[in-house]
Amino acid sequence: MTATSATPLRLAVALDGTGWHPASWREPVARPRDLFTARYWADLVTEAENGLLDFVTLEDGLGPQSSHVLAPDDRTDQVRGRLDAVLTAARIAPLTRHIGLVPTAVVTHTEPFHLSKAIATLDHVSGGRAGIRVRISARPDEAAHFGRRTFPRIKGYDDPDTLDFVADLFDEAADWVEVLRRLWDSWEDDAEIRDVATGRFIDRDKLHYIDFEGRHFSVKGPSITPRPPQGQPPVTALAHGTLPYRLLARQADIGFVTPHDAGRARAVLTEIRAEQRAAGRAHEPLHVFADLVVFLDDTPGAAADRKERLDALAGEPYESDALVFTGTPAELADLLQEFQRTGLTGFRLRPAVLGHDLPAVTRGLVPELQRRGAFRTAYEASTLRGLLGLAHPANRYARAV
Amino acid sequence: MTRPQKQIRLAAHFPGVNNTTVWSDPRAGSQIEFSSFVHFARTAERAKFDFLFLAEGLRLREQGGKIYDLDVVGRPDTFTVLAALAAVTDRLGLTGTINSTFNEPYEVARQFATLDHLSGGRSAWNVVTSWDAFTGENFRRGGFLPQEERYSRAKEFLATAHELFDSWKGDEIVADQDSGTFIGRPDAGAFAHHGQHFDIQGRFDVPRSPQGRPVIFQAGDSEEGREFAAAEADAIFSRHGTLEAGQAFYRDVKSRLARHGRRPEDLRILPAATFALADTDAEAEELAREIRRQQVSGATAIRHLEFVWNRDLSAYDPDGPLPDIDPDVESEHLARGRAQVHMYRDPIATAREWRELAEANNWSIRDLVINTGNRQNFVGSPETIAKTIDAYVQADAADGFILVPHITPGGLDGFADKVVPLLQEQGVFRTDYEGTTLRDHLGLNRPA
Repeated sequence: MTATSATPLRLAVALDGTGWHPASWREPVARPRDLFTARYWADLVTEAENGLLDFVTLEDGLGPQSSHVLAPDDRTDQVRGRLDAVLTAARIAPLTRHIGLVPTAVVTHTEPFHLSKAIATLDHVSGGRAGIRVRISARPDEAAHFGRRTFPRIKGYDDPDTLDFVADLFDEAADWVEVLRRLWDSWEDDAEIRDVATGRFIDRDKLHYIDFEGRHFSVKGPSITPRPPQGQPPVTALAHGTLPYRLLARQADIGFVTPHDAGRARAVLTEIRAEQRAAGRAHEPLHVFADLVVFLDDTPGAAADRKERLDALAGEPYESDALVFTGTPAELADLLQEFQRTGLTGFRLRPAVLGHDLPAVTRGLVPELQRRGAFRTAYEASTLRGLLGLAHPANRYARAV
Repeated sequence: MTRPQKQIRLAAHFPGVNNTTVWSDPRAGSQIEFSSFVHFARTAERAKFDFLFLAEGLRLREQGGKIYDLDVVGRPDTFTVLAALAAVTDRLGLTGTINSTFNEPYEVARQFATLDHLSGGRSAWNVVTSWDAFTGENFRRGGFLPQEERYSRAKEFLATAHELFDSWKGDEIVADQDSGTFIGRPDAGAFAHHGQHFDIQGRFDVPRSPQGRPVIFQAGDSEEGREFAAAEADAIFSRHGTLEAGQAFYRDVKSRLARHGRRPEDLRILPAATFALADTDAEAEELAREIRRQQVSGATAIRHLEFVWNRDLSAYDPDGPLPDIDPDVESEHLARGRAQVHMYRDPIATAREWRELAEANNWSIRDLVINTGNRQNFVGSPETIAKTIDAYVQADAADGFILVPHITPGGLDGFADKVVPLLQEQGVFRTDYEGTTLRDHLGLNRPA
C-alpha cells in the first residue's frame, strides 16, 4: 500500500472543561484554575489548529454539569460551571485563521432568531469558519431555569409517554434549525447595494420574510444580520438513536454517532441513510463522524494505566456513550482507518485529559495519519464548508437568473 | 469655593443603523465586516476611551408596509461581536444593548457573565425594553407585553439577573488537585426567584466574573425610565446633548439618587453626541452643512415627512414645496420598528409650523428636513470642540459623552488624533488607563 492510497479522513476534537474524564482536572497539565479565562480556550484551539484539525466543538448546556443525565447533583469533586460556548468561540475567532469553530446551543429554551444571528455573526468575525452543534434538553431542572415549561420526570426511554415527549423535543429542534437556515437565507448575498443615485442602501426585493409557522413557534424575519459568508454554516448534532438520526437526516450537515465497533457503525450508517431518503435529502451531503474518547500515550499499556489511575481518583470506572480508546497513536490510526472503511467520513475525538491527549492527537496521531496519506498536510480551504468539501449553497429565496 | 475639575468620560458609539450614519460617502466602509469593528475599537482604545457602545434592533424597520431601505440596514449580533472584540482590545469597555423583553434572565445573565470573564471585566449592559407586537413576530412569545408593564418586567428582569450574578460569591472554585475538591460549596449558584414576570429556580452555572456584574446602562427618557435609572443603573445613555437640556436632565436625575440611597457619583450621565470636526471653525461649519445634506437625501426627506404626515408622499418632489394636505391622524402609523414616530405628538400642528417655516425661508421639502433636523452637538476646530466638551462637563450638563461619528469605521480617527490630546493637556482626560475593568475606568464601586 502506498502512502497516497488512503482516503483522507476528517478530524475534530470536542472541548469540554479540562477533558472528558471526570478526574481530568486533577492532572498536573490540566490548568483547572484557568477554565474561565480566554487564554485557556485560546491555547486549546491554537493547539488544535496547529494540528490542522477540521474543527473544534465546544460543549454547553443551560445548567451545571452533572453526573446524572437528567438531574443536577451535589458533587464537589468534579468541574462545575462553564462559559457560554458561542461567545467563547467568538472570543477565539480573531486569534485563529483556519480551524472551524462549532459551539453547542440548546434549542429547547432558546430563540432561533437570536442564535441565527449569533452564528451568522460568528461566521462574519471568523471569515467563514462557524458551525453550530444543536442539542435538546429534557432536564426538568434546566426547564425550571426558564420557568416557561414544566417537563415530566423521565421514567425510562422505553416508556411511551417519555418517547412522545422526547419525539416532540426533536421535532421542535428540527423546526428550530429550519428557522435558523431560513433566516440565514433571508438576505441574498448581494442585497446590500449602496446605490447613491436612488438613495437606496439595500435592494429590499432581495430581503425575504421567512414566515415560518410551526407547532412550537412562528418567526417572521428577515434576519437583522446579512447572510453569513458561508451562506449556511454547517449544522451538527450528536445522535444515539432513531429520533436524533431523523433530525440529522432532515436538517444536519454533520452527525456525530457512537458505534463501538465497525459492525455497529455500518448499521448506524444504514439507518441514517434510510432516514435521509425518507426526508428527501438522499443526494445532499451528510457527513457522519464517530465520536471516540481517547487516552493516548506513546508506549503500549501506558494509556490504559493512566485511565486506571484517573478512575481510581474518580472512585469509579469511566463510562461513556462513545467508545473509550486507550493506546498509542498508531493503534488509534489503525482503528480510525478500519472505521473509515464502513463509510464514516471523519471522527470527533474527545480527549480524556485535554492538556495531555489533545497534544497527543495533534503531535502524535496527526503525523501518523499524514505518514499514511490519510490526513491533510496543510489547510486546503479557508472556510469550514470548504474543509468539509461542501459547496457554497444556493439561496433558497433567490430567483434563478 | 472652586471644586476640582471633573474628569471627562468618553465613549464611542459604532455608527451602524442610525439615520446619522452617512453610507454614501466614498470613505464609508462595511457595518458588518469584523475589520470595521476592529478599526473602530482600536481607535477608541488608542484614545483611552472608557468604552465602545453597540445599539440593537430586533426587527428591520418598515414604512408603508415595506422594509425601510434608505438608511444602513443590517447589523451583527451584539454579544458575539463584543466577545470577538475582547480578543483585539485590552482595556476598552464593551457595552451592548440587550432587550429585556425578548430574552430570558438565565440566558442573558450567563452571556454577560461569560463576556465579563472573556474580557477580563470589561462588559456593560444597556438595558432596553420594548413591547411591540411587530418586533415580537420574530420571537417565540410574540408581542406579549402590555406597554405599561414594560418597565415592571425590565426591573424584575434586571433584579433577577442580579440574583443570578450574585449566586456565586467568588470564592467557590477551589480546584485543589491534591484533595480533589473542585468547588467549595455543593450549592454554588443556587437561586430561586418567584415574581410577577419570572418564576424560576435552580443553579446558575457561570462562576462570578471579574466585575461581579456588568456595568448597567439605561437609555429611556420617560419618567419611569429616569426612576429606573436612578434606582438601578450605573450610567445613562441620554439624548440631551445641548447645554440647557443637558443641565436640566442632569439635575433632575441626580436629584433622584438620594431617595434610592445612592450618591451623585454612583450614576454617570453620558449623552449621545454627534460632531463635525475640521481644522478651523469655519471649515467645520461648512462640513456640518455638508454632512446634513449627505444624511438627508431627497428620498430620505420624503420618508421623513411621512413620519409626520402619516401618508404616502412618494409623489412629491423633494426639491418642491411641502404638501398642503394635512397629516392623517386617524390611521395606524405607517412607520414601524423605530422610536422616532413617537416624537411628533401633534402632527397637524407640526405640519402647520413646518409649512410656515418653509414659506418664510423659501425652503424645499429637503431644505426643511435638513434645517429642522438636529445640528451636530459639537461643531468646530479641535480647540473649539475640546473647550466646548470640557465646558459642558464642568457645567454639569453631562459627565461625558458617547460620541456618534457619521462614518464607519474611520469617523473617530480625527477626534482621537486631534481632540483627545487637547483634553489630556488640560488635565481633564486620562493619558492612560489606570485600571483594567470598565468599573475602574468609570470610577464605579465593585458590587458586593
